[in-house]
Amino acid sequence: MINLAGRDILHGWGKFLFTGVGLGLLIGATLTMAGVFRGMVDDGQVLIDNSGADLWVVQQGTLGPYAEPSSIRDDVWRGISGMPGVAETGNAAYLTIQMAHAGRETRVMIVGIEVDRPNRPGAPPYLAAGRPILQGHYEAIADEKTGLKLGERVRIRRHDYTVVGLARRMVSSSGDPMIFVPLKDAQEIQFLRDNDALVNERARTAANPAFNRPGVPGLLEAAQGAATQSRNVNTVLVRLTPGADPEAVASEIRRWKRLTAYTRAQMEDILIAKLIATSAKQIGMFLVILAIVTAAIVAFIIYTMTLAKVREIAVLKLIGARNRIIAGMILQQALGLGFIGFLVGRVSAGLWGPAFPKYVLLLPADAIAGFVIVMAICALASLFAIRAALAIDPAEAIGG
Amino acid sequence: MKKPSSRTLAFAAIGLVFLAAFGWIMATQGPLAPVKVTVAQAAEAKLERTLFGIGTVEARRSHAIGPTLAGRVARVLVDQGDTVTAGQLLAEMDPVDLDARQAASSATASRAEQLVASARATLAETDSRARLAQNSAERYADLRRKNFVSQEAADAKAHEAAAARAAQDAATAALAAAGDEARRTRSDLSGLGKSREHLRLVSPVDGIVAARLAEPGSTVVAGQAVVQVIDPATLWLRLRVDQGRSSGLAVGLPAEIALRSRPGKKLKGRVERVDLVGDAVTEERIANVVFETPPAGLAIGELAEVTLRLPPIEKALAIPAAALARQGVQEGVWRPHEGRARFAPVVAGAASSDGLIEIRQGLAAGDAVVVYSGRALAADARIKVVEALTKP
Repeated sequence: MINLAGRDILHGWGKFLFTGVGLGLLIGATLTMAGVFRGMVDDGQVLIDNSGADLWVVQQGTLGPYAEPSSIRDDVWRGISGMPGVAETGNAAYLTIQMAHAGRETRVMIVGIEVDRPNRPGAPPYLAAGRPILQGHYEAIADEKTGLKLGERVRIRRHDYTVVGLARRMVSSSGDPMIFVPLKDAQEIQFLRDNDALVNERARTAANPAFNRPGVPGLLEAAQGAATQSRNVNTVLVRLTPGADPEAVASEIRRWKRLTAYTRAQMEDILIAKLIATSAKQIGMFLVILAIVTAAIVAFIIYTMTLAKVREIAVLKLIGARNRIIAGMILQQALGLGFIGFLVGRVSAGLWGPAFPKYVLLLPADAIAGFVIVMAICALASLFAIRAALAIDPAEAIGG
Repeated sequence: MKKPSSRTLAFAAIGLVFLAAFGWIMATQGPLAPVKVTVAQAAEAKLERTLFGIGTVEARRSHAIGPTLAGRVARVLVDQGDTVTAGQLLAEMDPVDLDARQAASSATASRAEQLVASARATLAETDSRARLAQNSAERYADLRRKNFVSQEAADAKAHEAAAARAAQDAATAALAAAGDEARRTRSDLSGLGKSREHLRLVSPVDGIVAARLAEPGSTVVAGQAVVQVIDPATLWLRLRVDQGRSSGLAVGLPAEIALRSRPGKKLKGRVERVDLVGDAVTEERIANVVFETPPAGLAIGELAEVTLRLPPIEKALAIPAAALARQGVQEGVWRPHEGRARFAPVVAGAASSDGLIEIRQGLAAGDAVVVYSGRALAADARIKVVEALTKP
């Protein structure tokens, strides 16, 4: 049997193809939007995965270290590493700063990690080039997105750092690329102030009669020295021994160490459910609107395509074609349009996705779901056209 | 069925190309694509090892010179940067009443000397008197035996002689007391002189004035420094090395020193001393590094980056340190196996300064390991070996 839909498409193929491509770009935008959302979730997920930790120990009552500021003393790990179930601990400091590099400003997250052995908690688990940090100070591993190159020297606050390694997909929960530096340097970056502030602070302390008493030489110097120490970190990352129950260890830490500890599941909840909740809703709203617009446009296109064929359909009816054949033709066309649109959309999203400043993650599951939804929308949209076609009077064929 | 038209064929061809492009995008991008990796072989290598630390320039001997008693600074004779010699007067404290007390004490001393002379004269007189009384008594005793004088007169002369001897003893004692008093006042005087000398702050060594810490007129407490003198020949670095990376730190290691003021210039030095007591709070060990030839214009407190060269490991099985990975708490490497990644536990040793790491166990020479990867690897992940992941 002859395929009516195919014949009709071939008849006006240019129009059909262009309509399909146009629809495809719209679907591409929708898929990209889904990809942006998945990218945001993935940013949070890789942050958790890349830290290589099973527990995050932070200041009591905070959602630190990523979602809220948290500050604990850097010797807290000693008490924690002696607890049952704890295999390894590592101090870590996180700080987002604006870094001037090559004439432009980049927002980067500075991560302070312990570097006495490779692969300490917090260190990047894999590299794209270079080597891990091997010296105790002034070496850095940068994410590729920072635009830094191997061997380059970059100034962060008071010191120059040599880039010894390049990492990939090491980002903060807001997608800022990371720069890993030794912990002691990161503490200095985070807590040691600039020279002007230090001088002002010294003057302020000197003006305080409690610290600058006659007859107690050395008191002022001691007070000023104490003010410039940085003995804080943001979190202690804990790795557990195989088989240890994260929740049990976390509750021990909460109970006896007077600190807050999060397991991986809780951290995922904080980063993915809490931190990006509003943004996710924002994008979700946009996705819904885009889907409605797409559906409306598909319906509109198919409806007008059908109405443009009023005479042909009337002829078909006149020669006794059954309603099923006419409906099938319209449905097939709609689905064909959807198919072309989906292919064009997926390809275009794949092509322009990497150009986005933040990570766009196109999941195969999303693509399949998108395909099903597009087909469903097309099928639904064709119902209006089918209704209109079935209502056509065969008399139209003879110019009534 | 009729032969498909050329137009249909063209459409089919375009469709196929399009589907192929779609398939290519799905296979090379996103989660379905194999992970791009680079591989390297484990090989015997010489491992150059270094230790790295941050140091500050310090003087090995720093002399804080100040008074031993609270007082007011009268004069400061030197300023920062002045070269001084051992024994040179640097500053002087206000003596307040010490000079007057010294004068009084001196007067007391001379008076005591005169009292000694007076006591000596008294003694001479009582000596003479005693001798006279003794002679007279003996004569009377003789006369009494011949009954020329009465018993009473002889007794009276004997008594006079005894009294004169007692007076002589008293005068001897008075002379001894006067001598003691004179010695006491002399000691007093010399003590005051020493106190006076103590108010003069003199340099104990040849050196340079590093700081002038108090000005004339200001009051300082006991022990507070007025002037600080250092020996510039003893400038060295106080080096802090992270405990975790301090294994091998020893006296005599050659050092490369980059001062903050001239970061490009590598100065030579060596470890002179390693402190037994480390810093428990910062978890660092402390060592002192001396310059082979101290550069001119060295400033105390200047920051320096110090690289210590450890003896190299001559021959060890090594892989790039970036290849070292971790699964849970297990350390190991990813090895390519028929297009898939496999985790192999290893025991790693020392790392070299150029990014190699010694493998003690788990690999043999020539074994391929994954060095860099585009994504995190998981067991049995499909991998594709490429030359490099980043453009140089």
